Amino acid sequence: MAPLLFIFGMLLLIAVEFGGELGGGARRWLDLGVVRFQPSELSKLVVPLMIAFYLAERPFPLPWKNLAVAIGLILLPVALILRQPDLGTALLVMASGLAVVFLAGISWRLVSAGMVLAVAMVPLAWHFMHDYQRGRVLTLLDPTRDPLGSGYHIIQSTIAIGSGGLFGKGWQNSSQSHLEFLPESSTDFIFAVFAEEFGLVGCGFLLLLYLAVLLRGLQISVTASDGFGRLMAGAIVAIFCCYVVVNIGMVSGLLPVVGVPLPLISYGGSSLVTLLLGFGILMSIRNDRKMWNK
Amino acid sequence: MTLATSLIDHQHESKRYLYRALVVLGLIVVVLLILFARLYFLQIERYDHYATASRSNRLRLEVLPPQRGTITDRNGELIAVNVPSYSLSLIPEQIEDLESLLNQLDELVVISDDDRKRFDRLRKRSRRFDPVVLRGYLSDEERAILAVNGHRFAGVQITAESVRNYPHGDLLAHLLGYVGRISVQDLQQVDAEAYRGTRYYGKTGIERTYESRLHGENSFRLVERNVRGRVLRELERVVPQPGEDLQITIDVGLQQVAVDALQDRAGVVVALEPGTGAIRALASWPAFDPNLFVRGIGHQDYQDLLDDYQRPLFNRSTRGRYPPGSTLKPFIGLAGLEHKVVDIDHREQCPGWFQLEGRERKYRCWKRRGHGSVNLVDAITQSCDVFFYNLAIKLGVDRIHDYLTPFGFGQKTGLVVGKESAGLLPSTSWKRAALGKPWYEGETVITGIGQGYNEVTALQLARATAVLALRGQDVRPKLLGPAPKVKWPPVLKAADASWDLVIEAMINVVHGPRGTARSIGKGIDYKIAGKSGTAQVYELSQDDDEPKKADEVIERLRDHALFIAFAPVENPQLAVAVIVEHGGSGSSAAAPVARKLFDYYFANPWWVLCFFKLRVMPDC
Repeated sequence: MAPLLFIFGMLLLIAVEFGGELGGGARRWLDLGVVRFQPSELSKLVVPLMIAFYLAERPFPLPWKNLAVAIGLILLPVALILRQPDLGTALLVMASGLAVVFLAGISWRLVSAGMVLAVAMVPLAWHFMHDYQRGRVLTLLDPTRDPLGSGYHIIQSTIAIGSGGLFGKGWQNSSQSHLEFLPESSTDFIFAVFAEEFGLVGCGFLLLLYLAVLLRGLQISVTASDGFGRLMAGAIVAIFCCYVVVNIGMVSGLLPVVGVPLPLISYGGSSLVTLLLGFGILMSIRNDRKMWNK
Repeated sequence: MTLATSLIDHQHESKRYLYRALVVLGLIVVVLLILFARLYFLQIERYDHYATASRSNRLRLEVLPPQRGTITDRNGELIAVNVPSYSLSLIPEQIEDLESLLNQLDELVVISDDDRKRFDRLRKRSRRFDPVVLRGYLSDEERAILAVNGHRFAGVQITAESVRNYPHGDLLAHLLGYVGRISVQDLQQVDAEAYRGTRYYGKTGIERTYESRLHGENSFRLVERNVRGRVLRELERVVPQPGEDLQITIDVGLQQVAVDALQDRAGVVVALEPGTGAIRALASWPAFDPNLFVRGIGHQDYQDLLDDYQRPLFNRSTRGRYPPGSTLKPFIGLAGLEHKVVDIDHREQCPGWFQLEGRERKYRCWKRRGHGSVNLVDAITQSCDVFFYNLAIKLGVDRIHDYLTPFGFGQKTGLVVGKESAGLLPSTSWKRAALGKPWYEGETVITGIGQGYNEVTALQLARATAVLALRGQDVRPKLLGPAPKVKWPPVLKAADASWDLVIEAMINVVHGPRGTARSIGKGIDYKIAGKSGTAQVYELSQDDDEPKKADEVIERLRDHALFIAFAPVENPQLAVAVIVEHGGSGSSAAAPVARKLFDYYFANPWWVLCFFKLRVMPDC
């Protein structure tokens, strides 16, 4: 099943490359007649599924050959998504794939080598970035660099968050978004509105809820009946965690602005479908174990 | 593999996985803590800062438009400046009932329907918290009334802005152009972000051509304001980069002399410096007051300009196409000498008319009685048409075309300011291509005296005169100063004797006892080389068809008066072309204008002014 899904996902990505809809300077959508669909969203699920399938019953530590194949399977969709271009999703797909590889068991030495390599890649990546992507990184370092342009989002969202204080302004009392200061206040930047209305207390509560979901996911993963289930559940947890961290990090000015929604809160179709598919898989892994126990 | 080892293996693997999962859990907890710490920092540590920023949106970024660059003439005299002007603006976001507010304001100051319409249009384009202009150009009195009553209204602002002003009014209208309120179409041609806050855009002339250099870069200031929108203090200000100050080559004094000399007759005066190509005067008359367009010209005023039969909006200096008439004779004479068709001794008999062999039609000389026996110098000096009829037939139209092309006839001069007409220098191949007809010999005859298909612009004529003055060295007219001396490559070569002969003839036109323009040669201490021209008006592109009143028709049928000249002959400092529409004869109507230009220019030589530091000039 997993290889078929993987091939299907890749075909969709290739279809986007040739017949995708343009939107905001990028080619990311497929028009399915009824709905517009973003195949790169699906990759976030399909890629870890494939890697988990491939690495499920391999010995420890992973042989070099298998590791290389796994990395290749990750880089193919990442490259396709980067071409759209959609840096945020590409990084998420890569992170979810690498999370599986990590969970499948590679030596710590390789992990640290990978980290060193990643740091070394930063200048190279800078060289290949689009101007608008560089702009976002520079804006992160100094939002006042371009206050009317790309810095505008970050300045306004930090004002929204900061003005929430300890208890927030109350439900629907967010002035920043209601006065149209904050763009995209129902999609990627919804956390700023949430933080403004519910304050640090509300944010802490939200983070605890996310932590609870993540803990439950990890628990399912650890108690899964076979290697594939374990890895798959771990990957879903990793994706979910990436979503949360990248989104909140970006809205609060810790990370550059990339188009990543806040899971289960942001308005938006494709990513919600992906997430719920992920939860479905998690529950089936859990179910599978119950039946096995009987 | 036995079951046992497999189980052990399985257990082993589970354990290892648990270990890894714990690492992941640790990572998750760490990053969530980092996020929480960030939120704590924003919401608790810096709460006061952000709460102030947010409460009724106190912190506001305001765009600061740049100051447009000024324009000065070659002597440093300001010809386009910025003056303060006050406007009444509304901030839509802070207004509850717009209609009643407008009615209340209407009781204090006049707000016309046009103002309301414009306000509605602008409001759609701007953000809700940006002030939108309702009424511009408030008088001091209106400003005072609003200042006294302003506290009653929320969202009402008096804003000062810098507005373009042209202190010389209509004197430089066509070449300077004007700025007007920026339009949606204008915004599509520029970076809208860079023009946020900018309200004016160069529409024509120099203002248009050098818009990008004059504009500057906008900037912003961060202000703290109260709920009513009143600015309490400025937190940060980045000073905008003002536009570049431009200096043009025009000499305003000379331009004034040119316009005065035209005495309200329609016409063009172009004066340029041969050595540099710097245009010192470029007058198209009648003109209009560009300040009207800055404010947004009223419908009636605009209709009046359109209806004026002298067409003040028409830029004659670069777009007006005129038959050159006899001003073409020196150039054709040079062509005859260089093609060895005539020489210094060649003579023609002028009985007052000319006939092609075997044809009936008589081509008349302007002098009915005829000039008698004339050589080339006489023919130019006295402007004998018969001599040039003969010369044109001997040369043929194509040799005339080819020889006159290097002087710039029939081509645009390449001035980047304003639209330019190329004029027309006819040839047989041109006629076949454009009209699909063969060339007739009779047309060659009248080409010899600059009639027929020939059309020139005044700027072309001045340039050709300058090329003649420099004996074949190219001259490229320019308007943006300073103008360094440039040695452009020669565009044509001719024997010194030929130049000498033609220029001598042109000196005779002014200084000789029988010269057509000898009236301007009196009481003069420098030498002018000139040539008058009187062009028949049988067709003018800018003419309209409707019949006019009787006396007007008579005026409109009169000939155009032309005059070209350069001086001083030994060291040409200024080349001029004067065209007075329906002025009558070139020698009496146009030549005196040229003399006045020279007198002014040489009586106030730039190096004298420089030496005594009377004016600040980059040429010094």
